Amino acid sequence: MIRPQPDIKAALAERILVLDGAMGTEIQALKLESADFHGKHFEGLGNDLTGNNDILNLTAPDAIRDIHISYLEAGADIIATNTFNATTISQADYGMEDYVDVFNVEGARLAREACDDMMARNPDRQCWAAGAIGPTNRTTSISPDVNDPGYRAIDFDTLKDAYKQAARALLSGGVDLFLIETIFDTLNAKCGIFALEELFEETGERRPVMISGTITDMSGRTLTGQTPEAFWNSMRHASPLTIGLNCSLGARDMRPYLVELSRLADTFVCAYPNAGLPNEFGEYDEQAETTAGFVREWAEEGLVNIVGGCCGTTPAHISALHNAVTGLPPRDIPVREPAMRLSGLEPFTVTI
Amino acid sequence: MSDMEISGAAGSQFVNIGERTNVTGSARFRDLIKGDDFDTALEVARQQVENGAQIIDVNMDEGMLDSEAAMVRFLNLIAAEPDISRVPVMIDSSKWSVIEAGLKCVQGKAIVNSISLKEGEEPFLELARKIRRYGAATVVMAFDEDGQADTADRKFDICKRSYDLLTANGFPAEDIIFDPNIFAVATGIEEHNDYAIAFIEATKRIRAELPHVHVSGGVSNLSFSFRGNNAVREAMHSAFLLHAIRAGMDMGIVNAGQIMVYDDIPEDLLERIEDVLFNRRDDATDRLLEIADDYRDVGTAAQEKNLEWRDGNVTERLEYALIHGITDFIIEDTENARLEAERPLHVIEGPLMDGMNVVGDLFGAGKMFLPQVVKSARVMKQAVAHLTPFMEAEREASGQASKVNGKILMATVKGDVHDIGKNIVGVVLQCNNYDVVDLGVMVPAEKILRTALEEKADIIGVSGLITPSLDEMVNLAREMKRQDMTLPLLIGGATTSRLHTAVKIAPGYDNPVIHVNDASKAVGVMSNLLSETARDDFVAGIRDEYEAARVKHAGSGRKSKRQTIAGARANKAPIDWSDFVAPVPSFLGTRSFQAYDLNELRDFIDWTPFFRTWELAGKYPDILEDEVVGEAARELFEDAQKMLDRMFAENWLVPRAVVGFWPANAVGDDIAIYDGEENGAKLAMVRTLRQQMMRNNTRPNFALSDFVCPAEAGHTDYVGGFVVTAGPEIDAISERFENKNDDYNAILAKALADRLAEAFAERMHQRVREEFWGYAPDEGLTNAELISEDYRGIRPAPGYPASPDHTEKRTLFDLLDAEAQTGVSLTESFAMWPPSSVSGFYFAHPDARYFGVGKIERDQVEDYARRKGVDLAYAERWLSPNLNYDPAEYVGRDAAE
Repeated sequence: MIRPQPDIKAALAERILVLDGAMGTEIQALKLESADFHGKHFEGLGNDLTGNNDILNLTAPDAIRDIHISYLEAGADIIATNTFNATTISQADYGMEDYVDVFNVEGARLAREACDDMMARNPDRQCWAAGAIGPTNRTTSISPDVNDPGYRAIDFDTLKDAYKQAARALLSGGVDLFLIETIFDTLNAKCGIFALEELFEETGERRPVMISGTITDMSGRTLTGQTPEAFWNSMRHASPLTIGLNCSLGARDMRPYLVELSRLADTFVCAYPNAGLPNEFGEYDEQAETTAGFVREWAEEGLVNIVGGCCGTTPAHISALHNAVTGLPPRDIPVREPAMRLSGLEPFTVTI
Repeated sequence: MSDMEISGAAGSQFVNIGERTNVTGSARFRDLIKGDDFDTALEVARQQVENGAQIIDVNMDEGMLDSEAAMVRFLNLIAAEPDISRVPVMIDSSKWSVIEAGLKCVQGKAIVNSISLKEGEEPFLELARKIRRYGAATVVMAFDEDGQADTADRKFDICKRSYDLLTANGFPAEDIIFDPNIFAVATGIEEHNDYAIAFIEATKRIRAELPHVHVSGGVSNLSFSFRGNNAVREAMHSAFLLHAIRAGMDMGIVNAGQIMVYDDIPEDLLERIEDVLFNRRDDATDRLLEIADDYRDVGTAAQEKNLEWRDGNVTERLEYALIHGITDFIIEDTENARLEAERPLHVIEGPLMDGMNVVGDLFGAGKMFLPQVVKSARVMKQAVAHLTPFMEAEREASGQASKVNGKILMATVKGDVHDIGKNIVGVVLQCNNYDVVDLGVMVPAEKILRTALEEKADIIGVSGLITPSLDEMVNLAREMKRQDMTLPLLIGGATTSRLHTAVKIAPGYDNPVIHVNDASKAVGVMSNLLSETARDDFVAGIRDEYEAARVKHAGSGRKSKRQTIAGARANKAPIDWSDFVAPVPSFLGTRSFQAYDLNELRDFIDWTPFFRTWELAGKYPDILEDEVVGEAARELFEDAQKMLDRMFAENWLVPRAVVGFWPANAVGDDIAIYDGEENGAKLAMVRTLRQQMMRNNTRPNFALSDFVCPAEAGHTDYVGGFVVTAGPEIDAISERFENKNDDYNAILAKALADRLAEAFAERMHQRVREEFWGYAPDEGLTNAELISEDYRGIRPAPGYPASPDHTEKRTLFDLLDAEAQTGVSLTESFAMWPPSSVSGFYFAHPDARYFGVGKIERDQVEDYARRKGVDLAYAERWLSPNLNYDPAEYVGRDAAE
């Protein structure tokens, strides 16, 4: 029997939770071929579907389920659905826009079942399935045409509607949470928040939302130029369950920006770095214990409530992270005085 | 102008919203947009931000425009300009469709201007909900179903109704800005006479009764009747703002160029304006009209200057401008010189360098002084900036690079924020044709070294003011050795010393490490280090000198005998506490002061250290008449006064403070701090350190805890604490000057902010003694007496001699909630950011005095670490300048025992 869904806020008040590791690099490791991506459903379809990971929810569900289970067994409390690119915007690259709903519903179902299965087998475990919403390959704040900086390849409403469609399918597939992740353009994320708010209002069902930005390099800013504090000011209206950072950087380089967010954010903080920086072959080779060492320091300093891994991390990394943070207390949420906290690329606070 | 000392929740800074990008407010901007000249329109926005607008208002409401399209295009273009889009946007339109189109273009958190109850509650709440969903704050007009509010009561009632509706529906109060309508006065219509008062009264009530909200308004409406008479309009705006800001208006659309300095308003005019604003007499409007014409030209009379030197030839003019630091004609003169010269570089190598050489000679001969040299550098920089594009064009054509004497990379080390001295050295080196790469403040070692390699620097120079920075410099030297670097390392800053450099830093690195604490010496050191012929002798000389210093130090009985901590405690300050009755502070807990009146601080400035910053030696005011430096000091002092005038008139700085008092008792060498409740809970333990020097006289071995009644004596005592800051604004101000190649004013502004912070601390301490703690109500001391500290009670700061542990600042800051109350934060080295800040504890006992803890022994450090709950190694690291032993000598010894 399926138990009632555990309360994630109660769990977060007590301990540091662990999010899963990379999906993309785990799929890569399986060395799947074109036929695996096409499966039976799209046999003979002319489009090249190789590398369209989200389609595997439908065409190779066992492979995805196995990855979810391996992360849960490594100690992950939260697993993210394999739906990073499952929007009409991103699927247009493969000509698969019409199948976005099914990729999301199936992606949610696989994660949901893996969680339920783990909790049924281990009554002391609490697991949550988070519906992953990626940034898409378009940006609402930057022109792709250097000669026309006022041009935009996508507008707010188009992106918002695409997100809403994906989110609706994830919700019906049974996700416990939403995870808007790898945000390089804060306006894209604002579209995502707007979409979720509309969806929650229309369906009467609400799910906690996790928000995760990405600091693209050592400049300490998002791709679209915001500092971590400006980014938080732009996101705070969503009252997210967590704010945090993922991707782009390894744990060592992510640290200063995490420290800043952790100090500022009056909500839970989640961070899931890459396994270091890619080597000259584009591979991530930071060892699990190395990543876990950095993350343990974060936990010891009270910087985090949820930790996990992004590109290049494996179940071994998650297991090492799990061991590293077990028993360490979660970060306390700071109380901040009310103030009008505005932002452009930089924060501007009007105190009261 | 502001005089807003407010306790607790009310009161705040004044935020100026730029209005040049508003087609209804600026004819020029409207013409640009209508003419589809968005490039120039962007320049308008850029200038506005450069001139200090903290938020820019964008409005495209014009009948002939597709307002939605114009809003979207302009905001999208702004997004591509980081210089503009760093500040938040106010999306301003009377049409919701335009506002919504704008909200869909901004990644930041913007402000909507505006919504109101005009169409009733349902549409109002619907729009508010959408604004919230887009993640913006909003302006709410005092406008309802019956129209715009004109009386104080109606303004307040509509705002209150809006507030209740919004907050009940989850809209955060702190994201609401009320605009209670500023209407024109002195229109000749009797009903309009109360409009200014109505705004001010409504503002007062809104700020008092509707927690967390802001109040804004468009000021220029007020003086609409006086179109064409800018002097009177400016005076009206200024007088009105003074009162409105006092009432709690904290944001506004104000053109900074359209305000007169309040104190500059002629008395007669001011009286008649205030009669109008406050509707003090029936004939107020007529009386203002009577004299308005007389004031059309106030403030525009240009000063006649002696311009005889303009008659010389261009080389003479450039030299004169460089020596006298005059920038007025420099572009024109440089351009003339360029046209006469064969190549633009010849202007630099010829007349400009000749002029700077004269400056250098005069400086070397002690006939010019640092402030004058920095002014000369400003002239030079602006001339070079004019020539640079021409030289680049030429260089591209020929592929040649220009020649500099050498390149230095400079930085203030990690954890430290102080940079005035470093900036002065940088300017002096630039004057001498060195290429200076300045990484700013709080720079980690790894970044300094990486950049030094990338930039191919010849020399690295680092600076720091607080004691933990010394360790950071030791680390830097070791790291340079680890990375096999060979660049010389220069050390400077207030806590550094030749001895510390010789004993602690230089041994960690095999290449030259040289202490340079004087801008005038920096050039000599640089040229020696970079000279092929002189370098070896110079380096060997320094090496011998430092070796001798080390030997002398080792033999000097560094470990002069200390007594045991038990012995020192037995010799504590002999204060008889048996009949002690503590003076009771007027309040317990904390009180904050937002936007403290700068004018009140002016008289408290201690000028002597200001002159020392500029390497002018002497005591103020005698220094102004000094035979040698008097002239330079007078010039500098005059520039400082002018800048202070502007700082005060234009509210450059928003000083903030928090003070607190708590019941307290000494417990051993610690001080237990309690909250003000009955059976008060313990809030914190303040850890203090005790002198351990041997005494062969009757002097006690002091600790700060000696000045607080011990718990066992059974009487309640109190201690206080404070953090004051001149305001974080100083950084942006200084940066603006730097961007204009004006290092002189950049450094002057920072030096003045430092002085104002000290003055603020002095003034606060006086108020503490006279009012807040009130143990010396009738003190009546002069400024000179204050500076010489002829008063009862002390205000020692953690990190200074009586309390050398910087980490105790954390306890002080937590007790005061100082970060939230003042915006002052602590770096990882416990330096205060912004740097123009002062903190400390207050002790009131008549016997309380300043002292230096001096060197302490390991027995006390062990006990201290245990009391504080930190590792011994951690305590030793933070107390390293005070240790009377070398912790390295104990490594392994403890384990063996």
